[in-house]
Amino acid sequence: MSTVRIPTPLRKLTGDQEVVTAQGSTIAEILTDLDQKFPGLGERICDEEGNVRRFVNIFINDEDIRFLEEKATPVKDTDEISIVPAIAGG
Amino acid sequence: MSDRPFFSNLKCRECGRLYPKEAIHICEFDFGPLEAAYDYDAIKGSISREAIASRPQSMWRYRELLPIDGAPTVGVQVGFTPLVKADRLAKRLGVKELYVKNDTVNYPTLSFKDRVVSVALSRARELGFKVVACASTGNLANSVAANAASAGLTSYVLIPSDLERSKVVNSLVYGTNVVGIEGPYDQVNRLCSEIAGKYGWGFVNVNLRPYYAEGSKSMGFEIVEQLGWKVPRHTVIPMASGSLLTKIYKAYTEFAKVGIIDEQPFSVHGAQATGCSPISTAMKKGIEVVKPVPKPETIVKSLAIGTPADGYYAIRTMKDTHGSAEDCTDEEVVEGIKLLAETEGIFAETAGGTTVACAKKLIESGRIPADESIVLCITGHGLKTQEAIHEKCGAPRVIKPSLREFEALVADELAALETPQPSTLNS
Ligand SMILES: Cc1ncc(COP(=O)(O)O)c(C=O)c1O
Ligand SMILES: [Zn+2]
Repeated sequence: MSTVRIPTPLRKLTGDQEVVTAQGSTIAEILTDLDQKFPGLGERICDEEGNVRRFVNIFINDEDIRFLEEKATPVKDTDEISIVPAIAGG
Repeated sequence: MSDRPFFSNLKCRECGRLYPKEAIHICEFDFGPLEAAYDYDAIKGSISREAIASRPQSMWRYRELLPIDGAPTVGVQVGFTPLVKADRLAKRLGVKELYVKNDTVNYPTLSFKDRVVSVALSRARELGFKVVACASTGNLANSVAANAASAGLTSYVLIPSDLERSKVVNSLVYGTNVVGIEGPYDQVNRLCSEIAGKYGWGFVNVNLRPYYAEGSKSMGFEIVEQLGWKVPRHTVIPMASGSLLTKIYKAYTEFAKVGIIDEQPFSVHGAQATGCSPISTAMKKGIEVVKPVPKPETIVKSLAIGTPADGYYAIRTMKDTHGSAEDCTDEEVVEGIKLLAETEGIFAETAGGTTVACAKKLIESGRIPADESIVLCITGHGLKTQEAIHEKCGAPRVIKPSLREFEALVADELAALETPQPSTLNS
């Protein structure tokens, strides 16, 4: 199981849990598992075509998956995944 | 103020859902950014050129269009910086009508960030926050630190650990808690959004972002007023997250919406440093998907955001206004800083050098026509980024305190001055 950090705006769906666990060997599989455990989470993260939404960043051990293999990025059990909304600069 | 609040809601830019005016920044449904929404009809009845002109010379003279409920309590004197008619620079760039919006002298921390912080901290107080914080490439940290100090708020500022010294000192001096984070700005940003979810702090560019961002509009309002209630045909704006660019656009369109000006055609152009140019790269390719830059490499640290949150909207804004984007090398940034200093006596930080250098390219390539009015947004002071040009503008020539030595030193220069000079200096 990998751990996934859930951002504040999505915690209503995870019963206020900040960190949850999910099963899968790729980010795509992790997202599917999350959606089964917490129905509705999937559509918040991905759009109708299944792409990660424009304003969502997913990090795996501090690396943005856009720099890796996007949703096909492999995941190990020990990996820590963060879902983080994009924020403004300064 | 009337019974109808001017500032009505927060609204998702993606799906349009309305949210209450709290410390929230993204839509629960699609993570779209929330933006302040106003009751423009109510504002129309309150605002006028005369009303604005009668108020103190600060950004708060446009208060109907800024997202707080009561009177501002932080940064009351921010803004209304000079709009300088830049004839000598215009000549060098080969254009007819050029202005510099000079936020290098913004109060109190010498960058346009005082505008956004004034709004964010005034709102933070309305919402009852005692601790405020930010993620910053430097200027925002300076401004949060100073304005929080004067308001008696506790502050935390998180910055990349390799920032320019002046930017670090300019935060520390106010007694703020400065935390340097190893890694580029985007890592600082990510950490901050996690911290913001955990502590009950007012994070200026996270949960207070809708308020923060609106502060940038005041730069646009001022430009219009200072031009005699006219929108410049072209505005060149530096981009980090892309927020300032979208908000100057919003300012120009809002003034038309509330009847302060008639609708006028205008274009906004964005400037970045080539070493971190995710927005201008996407714009030049004609796509709206902004590919993040994992490791920014440029002396323009203030603009070095590899994952620009408003990149997509900045591109849409430039496209919709038939504007364009450009980027420039670090050498061109230094040239830009020197050109602005030598022609107009304005010492800008690296973001300003970027704006000047990119404007030059846009003019040379005809994307900004030479006979149309242009405003350059110069957003921060050069004393903050001295490292960038320290070894690039010469050194004083040192002599003994002797008249003879001095005369020897200046003899050639004086001779050159005595022969009538063609306009080489000016042209
Ligand atoms: C001096 C200066 N100019 C411009 C910007 C760009 O701001 P934005 O993130 O709104 O694009 C910044 C941002 O940090 C800055 O410090
Ligand atoms: Zn939405």
